[in-house]
Amino acid sequence: MTLTQTPSQTVGPYFRIGLIYDETQSDLVQEKTAGFRILISGTVYDGDGQPVPDAMIEIWQPDANGIYSHPADPLYAQADTHFRGFGRAENLHEGQFTFHTIKPGSRDGQAPYINVNVFARGMLIHALTRIYFADEAANANDPVLTSVPADRRHTLLATRDDSTIPPTYRFDIHMQGDNETVFFDPQPGGHCTL
Amino acid sequence: MTVPFNPIDWSVQPPYLHPAYKSTVRRSPTRTLVPLPQSLSELTGPVYGHSDVGELDHDLTRNAVRTGEPLGERILVNGRLLDDRGHPIPNALVEVWQANAAGRYMHKVDQHDAPLDPNFYGAGRVLTNANGEYQFTTIRPGAYPWGNHPNAWRPSHIHFSVFGTSFLQRLVTQMYFPGDPLIPLDPIYNGIPDEAARQSLISVYDHDLTQPGWALGYRFDIVVCGPYQTPFE
Ligand SMILES: [Fe+3]
Repeated sequence: MTLTQTPSQTVGPYFRIGLIYDETQSDLVQEKTAGFRILISGTVYDGDGQPVPDAMIEIWQPDANGIYSHPADPLYAQADTHFRGFGRAENLHEGQFTFHTIKPGSRDGQAPYINVNVFARGMLIHALTRIYFADEAANANDPVLTSVPADRRHTLLATRDDSTIPPTYRFDIHMQGDNETVFFDPQPGGHCTL
Repeated sequence: MTVPFNPIDWSVQPPYLHPAYKSTVRRSPTRTLVPLPQSLSELTGPVYGHSDVGELDHDLTRNAVRTGEPLGERILVNGRLLDDRGHPIPNALVEVWQANAAGRYMHKVDQHDAPLDPNFYGAGRVLTNANGEYQFTTIRPGAYPWGNHPNAWRPSHIHFSVFGTSFLQRLVTQMYFPGDPLIPLDPIYNGIPDEAARQSLISVYDHDLTQPGWALGYRFDIVVCGPYQTPFE
């Protein structure tokens, strides 16, 4: 490295002014977007089990065929032009964050997943986690999921609730405690190329 | 083949737990981060274009006027978005938000007894140009009190959010102003473990950027991780 990375600082309590300026950011789906519509809902909890009233969640996911809308994806030319794949929502006081999106596709036999960044007042730097889907058979052999200690794997699994239309996948985030969510530190030089 | 990126440099990034900043105590992950081989999902990220940014979005002195100009000291903030190999990052979204000149946010949670400015909202966004440069016109934000400890005051700061080209480069930070006596007292600033890295958040006054009879200029460059370099390169 020739330059020092700029250090992170907290989003603080007032990020709504600059970041959650538009409610449509939590709705990733357009009329012509291909794929199975889902809601993703959850709550961010602190170490006392209390909802964090000033957390912001960002998600990044591929389209229904597992293709990212980004030129670094070798299949970019085939990406769904009606799906960007990025969303932002806040964990409202005593409430929850909700995204309207599509179930992501996957490639090369991996389990489908969604990348998640958690920001909050009280976090000097964001934390990266992933949403996997509890009802996916591919989870059993997924290289990332199986690299996570077995007793913590459930913290990455969103569970399906068919009482809503479209169905809701529930994904709570626990910053601490017995069910502390697994957070990741991505490293170069691995063998996971997709 | 997608090029991997340098990892987050934890020798300069703040830890999750920094007890002097009290809210970190119950909001910091306690378990070690799980190493994850970088994959396409971290090496890609949202792509933005000019249709995502409005004409006045970069000018906070004009993007919320109702009855007249906002009060306070007009400033220009100019800088470059670079990766840690020194390459400029063009067409990247840079977002800012801040308090007004009196140290008050246009936000329902902010109850600081200081006036709101009807002509200042405090949010802006811009895309970096072909050389990775951005520029905002705004008002120098005021310091404001907070509840972390007795007589706690945040130094004047502008919140910055940058995307780069990948989810891995995502960065939210704060820019400070040179000579502010509150900086060394601030637990958020002091959460950064490295002195040189801390100082990189203090903008530099630039007289060449200052526009005569109009506004003072401050320079603030932002560096995110870049293409992976082995220690032997
Ligand atoms: Fe602030």
